[in-house]
Amino acid sequence: MTTALIDAPEEKEEVIVHGAPPARPLAIDFWRGIADENPVMIQMLGLCPTMAISNQVSNGLGMGVATIFVLVCSSFLISVLRKVIPNEVRLATYILIIATFVTVADLTMQAYFPPLSKTLGPFVPLIVVNCIILGRAEAFAGKVGPMRAVADGLGMGLGFMLALLIMCAFREVVGTGTFLGHPVFGPNYEPQIFMIMPPGGFLTMGLMFLTMGWWGTRKADKAKAEHLKAQLAKAAA
Amino acid sequence: MSEHETGHVHGAPAVAEAGASSTTFHLLFTLAFFGALGGAILAYTYQKTLPAIEKFAGEKVEGAVREVLRSPARLDTLYLVGDKLAKTPPAGVGIGDATKIFIGYDAAGARIGVAVDEKAPGFADDVHLMVGFDPATSALTGFKVLSMKETPGLGDKIEKDTTFAPRFKDKVAPLKGTKSVTTDKSTVQTITGATISSKAVIKVLNKAVATWQPRLAAYSKEGGQ
Repeated sequence: MTTALIDAPEEKEEVIVHGAPPARPLAIDFWRGIADENPVMIQMLGLCPTMAISNQVSNGLGMGVATIFVLVCSSFLISVLRKVIPNEVRLATYILIIATFVTVADLTMQAYFPPLSKTLGPFVPLIVVNCIILGRAEAFAGKVGPMRAVADGLGMGLGFMLALLIMCAFREVVGTGTFLGHPVFGPNYEPQIFMIMPPGGFLTMGLMFLTMGWWGTRKADKAKAEHLKAQLAKAAA
Repeated sequence: MSEHETGHVHGAPAVAEAGASSTTFHLLFTLAFFGALGGAILAYTYQKTLPAIEKFAGEKVEGAVREVLRSPARLDTLYLVGDKLAKTPPAGVGIGDATKIFIGYDAAGARIGVAVDEKAPGFADDVHLMVGFDPATSALTGFKVLSMKETPGLGDKIEKDTTFAPRFKDKVAPLKGTKSVTTDKSTVQTITGATISSKAVIKVLNKAVATWQPRLAAYSKEGGQ
């Protein structure tokens, strides 16, 4: 290794904050994950677990809580250690940290919530490869302070759980006629079994995105109309 | 590291180039440190959760045994050593890892039957059952699903349909599946929409009796009860 290739330390300092998100209040970091940048509904990340386990509300709760735990813990640790993790091995280090917390969540679930662990099956260990978590580590937690990283992790986690619960509730109610295991319709309701199987998942996800798209377009149209109105008023004056 | 590796990678982002200031030792140390940290956290969690996980697994098996043998007053455990049954597990194998079967006795001391776990391929993955039967008559005392991955809403009725297990009451192996209601001792009505899964259950039951009955007979002949 030649010394000529080693950059000056102050340049390195710059690189750490390279591409860092602009400073914002904590509340904005938190709410962004739930609404404007919802990981499932807007960023379209983590669709695989969303599709796979969203046929029961209890699954959605378990998966949501496990993901929030992993997201918040890994965001915090990555943010605290962001200055000592060399750039070349940051992804490997992030995955190590994430995998550790995922295994902790998996073992805890197996020990204290065995039935839930059984229905979620391999999808708890698979949180390791959930792109929401590595995505937030790479795009956010590795570039900002621990407070903001935790606020962001919590918001993104809750946003993921919200999307899961919307899908779970719809699929469970239509597919089995129950909500959290309690019957919601009369005994004559014929459960639409396809809703708790993969086709129902695709259908529900499509409907959810359709609603989100319609809502987004409407919001944009409204903003455009207001803007035009304001300009017209200005011109008239 | 040679010059062209660290410095002038064509099209490499500025971030990667500036990051090349870390030494190989630094990189190795970072990964080793986080590996060790993760290992320590996992070792601690594993030790803390292991008793609860094992307790649950044990309870599940014992509950299944008691159910398929219709609440026996006393249970005996036999271990498989080579191809024979014995009262002690084979040398060098832990009690938890040895293949074992359970013999249930009623309050008067008479044998109700034996419980064995057995599996066979179903529609999706293996259907794994705890099977209870009377080795003298091959009559089934019951079965319980330990694990299966059959289609939700269809194949999983072998576990969730409460009218399915009673259909096997007092049936005698080897069994056959049929689509209509039957009173024959060796045929069982399969579930509509879950024929393959129902037949998988029948296959497991037949396999359990066929595998374990000779072993039990050999064991009784040698003087075991």
